[in-house]
Amino acid sequence: MENSDQIIQYLLSGLSNGSIYALIGFGFAIIYNATGIINFAQGEFVMLGGMLTIFFLDVFQVPILTAILLAVGVSTAVGVVFERLAIRPLKNASPLSLVIITIGASILIRGAAMLVWGKDTHALPPFSGNDPLFLMGATMLPQNLWIFALTVMIIMASKLFFNYTIFGKAMRACAFNSQAASLVGISVKTMVLLSFMISAAIGSLAGIIIAPLTMTSYDMGIMLGLKGFCAAIIGGMSSGLGTVIGGLLLGILESLGAGLISAGYKDAIAFIILLIILFLRPEGIFGKKETERV
Amino acid sequence: MTKEQRDIIIFAAFGLAVLITPLLLQGNYLLNVFVFIGINTMLAVALNLLLGYAGQISLGHGAFFGLGAYISGILTTRGAVDPWLAMVAAALCVGVIAFIIGFPILKLKGHYLAMATLGFGIIVYIIFNETVDWTGGPSGMSGIPVLSLGPLIFDSDTANYYLIWAVTLMTMLLSINLANSRIGRALRAIHDSEVAARVMGVNVRLLKVQIFTVSALISALAGSLYAHTMTFIAPASFGFNFSVELVTMVIIGGLGSIYGSFLGAAILTLLPEFLRVFHDFDIVIYGLLLIVMTMFMPGGLSGGFEALAAAIKRRKEA
Amino acid sequence: MLSLQRITKKFGGVTALEDVSFHVAGGDITGVIGPNGAGKTTLFNIASGLYSQDGGEVHLGEKNISRLPTERLARLGMVRTFQNVELFGKMTVLENVMVGLHTKSKSGIFSCACKLPGQIREEKTIRSRALTWLEYAGIAELEGMTAASLPFGKGRLLEIARALASEPRIILMDEPAAGLNSRETMGLAELIKKIKASGITIVLVEHDMELVMDVCDTVVVLNLGRKLAAGTPREIQENPEVIAAYLGEG
Repeated sequence: MENSDQIIQYLLSGLSNGSIYALIGFGFAIIYNATGIINFAQGEFVMLGGMLTIFFLDVFQVPILTAILLAVGVSTAVGVVFERLAIRPLKNASPLSLVIITIGASILIRGAAMLVWGKDTHALPPFSGNDPLFLMGATMLPQNLWIFALTVMIIMASKLFFNYTIFGKAMRACAFNSQAASLVGISVKTMVLLSFMISAAIGSLAGIIIAPLTMTSYDMGIMLGLKGFCAAIIGGMSSGLGTVIGGLLLGILESLGAGLISAGYKDAIAFIILLIILFLRPEGIFGKKETERV
Repeated sequence: MTKEQRDIIIFAAFGLAVLITPLLLQGNYLLNVFVFIGINTMLAVALNLLLGYAGQISLGHGAFFGLGAYISGILTTRGAVDPWLAMVAAALCVGVIAFIIGFPILKLKGHYLAMATLGFGIIVYIIFNETVDWTGGPSGMSGIPVLSLGPLIFDSDTANYYLIWAVTLMTMLLSINLANSRIGRALRAIHDSEVAARVMGVNVRLLKVQIFTVSALISALAGSLYAHTMTFIAPASFGFNFSVELVTMVIIGGLGSIYGSFLGAAILTLLPEFLRVFHDFDIVIYGLLLIVMTMFMPGGLSGGFEALAAAIKRRKEA
Repeated sequence: MLSLQRITKKFGGVTALEDVSFHVAGGDITGVIGPNGAGKTTLFNIASGLYSQDGGEVHLGEKNISRLPTERLARLGMVRTFQNVELFGKMTVLENVMVGLHTKSKSGIFSCACKLPGQIREEKTIRSRALTWLEYAGIAELEGMTAASLPFGKGRLLEIARALASEPRIILMDEPAAGLNSRETMGLAELIKKIKASGITIVLVEHDMELVMDVCDTVVVLNLGRKLAAGTPREIQENPEVIAAYLGEG
């Protein structure tokens, strides 16, 4: 392969991974905007999506679409339970307690997954086969196209949701000012619950569409979660274009770094980017600086 | 009896118990476990200074532990450096790293700090795995020399026990002193109300970095001791799971309680020995413990004991 | 003593303070009043280094403290209390005041960890001086209680005792009477006068007009981010613009 072809290859796989990071970042942003909390367990929803789909396929032998729907459904249910048990009772807990409990809950989900499915990696069959496609001198798998397509669809769907449905607008209102929102009759509690459900659903979908490419295992949630968090940070925690760009940017940088510098350090590259952003510009490239009211 | 006198008696009693335990165990394999309890206590105390007193979360403390171990290991196996010297060098090196990283990282708060320390820990873990020429990669590094002091060679469980616990007791004593001092109060002030601490003149930024550095230094020291005691180290011992285990130890024992850190370390080190199944359930148990203790017993076990003691005292007076 | 010159502060599109200037004379008690949203707490936050202003300067004595971070100000002799009492909740009453003595002590990590003789001596001094301040504020009997368990009025007194422990030249008090009943407010007034008698300059943000009229030497009125008037309590009471601002709010 010539160098420019290699670069295009890296770019394409970077865009593909980046789309996943963007989706996961979305999940972080949605919950953060509704509650001010960083959902440490977001990565676990991603893991659950993939693992549950494989589970339903293997154990219950249902068709793939059914398996996907069931997986998303169960993940969303886990999101609800998580919100009810770990988040809602803690409205008044100290920030440190909140951090520790969300960490504990995400570990719990991970541990439960390990108990149920063991430590092995599992594979999900790709949605439409494995025959590579050739595009602009680079090779792509059909699954990559699925990833692009589904990411675009999910993002457009959430744009529509947030801008044109009453629930979506209500959630945005809560994000701006939860007191004012509740004064006009919006149930903040319901909006919080809804935000967890949506994030869990999107997260699990992200896990499902990437599962055919990467192996799924009980502990994939940590890495993907952190990378999705990075995407959201770059995007300034926006549930919109910022996070998408953040994810794509991260994916491309990671892919180029892994290809041009060293493959073994691929994950480290993403986390170094995370640290750099957190150190230098925690409000992201697209966010605004926050002032603290005393 | 003044508080000072009571503190001294408690510490002396604890030290005595530590001293006679090997005699009671008489070469039982548990002695080896107690060596690990010593190391984990050191680590838990170090983390407690940061987490329990200053209120700053770190999910990457396994990295400092590992850095101490690997720097000692590399210096002594590939550099033929004297192990004691290597230990000092490793601690200083890690201290410098922590000091430099500390400034940007401790500007972050809450979940952001958690994520950043998590990211840092994973980066270091990946480095341990990838720099195969230096560290031996995933399969680990063996042949690390044992420590010796003149004719005294630390290559048995008993010798290692006394060596490790000497350092651990020293760490506990210094930390207790620190906690009951002006600095300890300043740290707790930061935890309770950072803004009020600043108003009263506490240099919050600097103090956070200083305690972070001290915490990392102690962890690195524990790492060096671990390397020379085990003579074999592998990256798996220093990753995210262990960092979480450390946080769990501190939480179980009680944030801000040095003896609590010992309790937490002891429990989480002993449990896998007595519950064979513990190993399969360990992650679930850590998660549950973190949630349950934070929700229902924020003072940890030591807080529970104190409440019990206070209740008994009230009964007596009534 | 404290001089605010042309302070301007914007939050996004909202101008919280516009070109506010006034001077606080040493040894005086100055009150800052104004309807809600006038920018009083924002002004305090700027003066005490918690916010940075968009325009203007703050001078403490001869020194320009405009860009100094909060933690430097205690050593320069300026402290403040908060509207919603920022105590160190999990620490005892005595320990809270001992933190107030942070700038009056210097043992570092090493000497504290090793319990060097100098540190032991200093610790005794810190403890006894803290007790003295608790007595000064009239809450010495509460020394062992956890700060978070204090009734609100006592918590206020504790915050003041803690501030006094740093031996400041000037104290900024943000609505010290808020939430106090009339008996507690009278006690507060006595304490404030006692503090003034010891030579410390005081600046108060307050809504309780009786307290302001009782203790203040000078009053500054803010409205909608601008300085409306300044003068003695009597002058302010009779100022038609001030009256209009308050009544207009009703």
